[in-house]
Amino acid sequence: MPVNKIYETCERAVADIYNGATIMIGGFGSFGGLPIHLIIALAKQGTKNLTIIANQGGVGFELSKRIKPGGYEDVGILVQNGQVKKFIGSMPALRGMPPTSPIETLHREGKMEIELVPQGTLAERIRAGAGGLGGFYTPTGVGTPVESGKEKRVINGREYLLEFPLTSDFALIKAHKADALGNLVYRGTARCFNPPMAMAAKITIVEVDQLVRTGELDPEAVVTPHLFVSRIVEVPR
Amino acid sequence: MKLRLDEETIALRAAKEFDDGMVVNLGYGMPGLCANFIPEGRTVFFQSENGILGYGPLLTDEEKDYELINASDQPVTSLPGMSFFDSATSFDMIRGGHIDLVILGAYQVSEKGDLANWGRPGRPATGMGGGMDLALGGKKLMVMMLHTTKEGAPRIVRQCTFPLTARNCVKKIFTDIAVIDVTRRGLVLREVAPAWTSEEIQALTEPKLIIGEDLKEIEL
Repeated sequence: MPVNKIYETCERAVADIYNGATIMIGGFGSFGGLPIHLIIALAKQGTKNLTIIANQGGVGFELSKRIKPGGYEDVGILVQNGQVKKFIGSMPALRGMPPTSPIETLHREGKMEIELVPQGTLAERIRAGAGGLGGFYTPTGVGTPVESGKEKRVINGREYLLEFPLTSDFALIKAHKADALGNLVYRGTARCFNPPMAMAAKITIVEVDQLVRTGELDPEAVVTPHLFVSRIVEVPR
Repeated sequence: MKLRLDEETIALRAAKEFDDGMVVNLGYGMPGLCANFIPEGRTVFFQSENGILGYGPLLTDEEKDYELINASDQPVTSLPGMSFFDSATSFDMIRGGHIDLVILGAYQVSEKGDLANWGRPGRPATGMGGGMDLALGGKKLMVMMLHTTKEGAPRIVRQCTFPLTARNCVKKIFTDIAVIDVTRRGLVLREVAPAWTSEEIQALTEPKLIIGEDLKEIEL
């Protein structure tokens, strides 16, 4: 009998996330692809000193109304709550927005550490972490502020930077469907950072639109095989 | 004041660079408008770094599906042959040289084709997103930008003063008054907006422009 991965509520699924944990949060930044209900549960749960690894830092509820009628919760609510000490990602604050996002405000006040990572390098560092690699060389960032402090190496006449893997204690993931074992399929552009992050955490917690019986997912269509998944919560759309 | 091209018209000109069958990535902001101006009779496959290839025209707000968007958060339509993939695969496409043409916005471009398009003074928390990978990974990089700042200062400069996205990467620049090629010899002025002279363009451009032999008015 396989272990039961199904949790009744998002609150229970995130209950043991501890102070100082490193958490990957899937999605691209805006509404589609973000595990919004898990983020809200983590905000209620209140754990502090978190390091968040995510593509975007979130705009917070108020600014999000400009992007989506009615607004939506994002990583910004954890920042607003004072739960985040460090953010690792490619777009902490959006340049098309006024400089009032939660992360930009706290960073300006010196209360938030930011590690800026180009988006492709972020994806690859997560994949390297997931796959047990020690790092990789990328041409991205050569000759820019990103190269600061990094080993540079010429390979076949081109300059590359050494980048190190990223892993985390927890990952909060959004998928479309899961079966009871934890096999996952995604929907549209909501896939984005979810599959690599699901593979790079010690404990991967997934919010799905629909939970189906084992055997109902086409094995050819499974994107994230179940061994990467620790917990599943169904939040019907 | 002489008339400058509006953003739609710059996009219309830039989109003339789309060849039949090309895979194209359009950056945040102004470049996204190019999707509406594919030259007639050509098929273009738009890739967006959030993990989609082969999407169709943009949708209006009322029809938004937030699980079918491009990287600028714009909802798009689906087309036959479209595919989805994760972020790591998306940047394999980008960094690995599998995208034929990338068009990005810019704060500054230098005479050597250095690009600065993400950081602004006073905004240390804004990030580069996928810009650094896109700038060096596409087979060809073009830039769409306003020729000068709101205060009238040149954005095409000898050396970028804003944080760099990548060095020696821009091949062609479309602005509201000119089309300029970045070459080994320097910046070559190819086209000017209606009623503008090359002297007037030079006065708003920091590096010395080489006047193209076949200099002409921007064709729309």
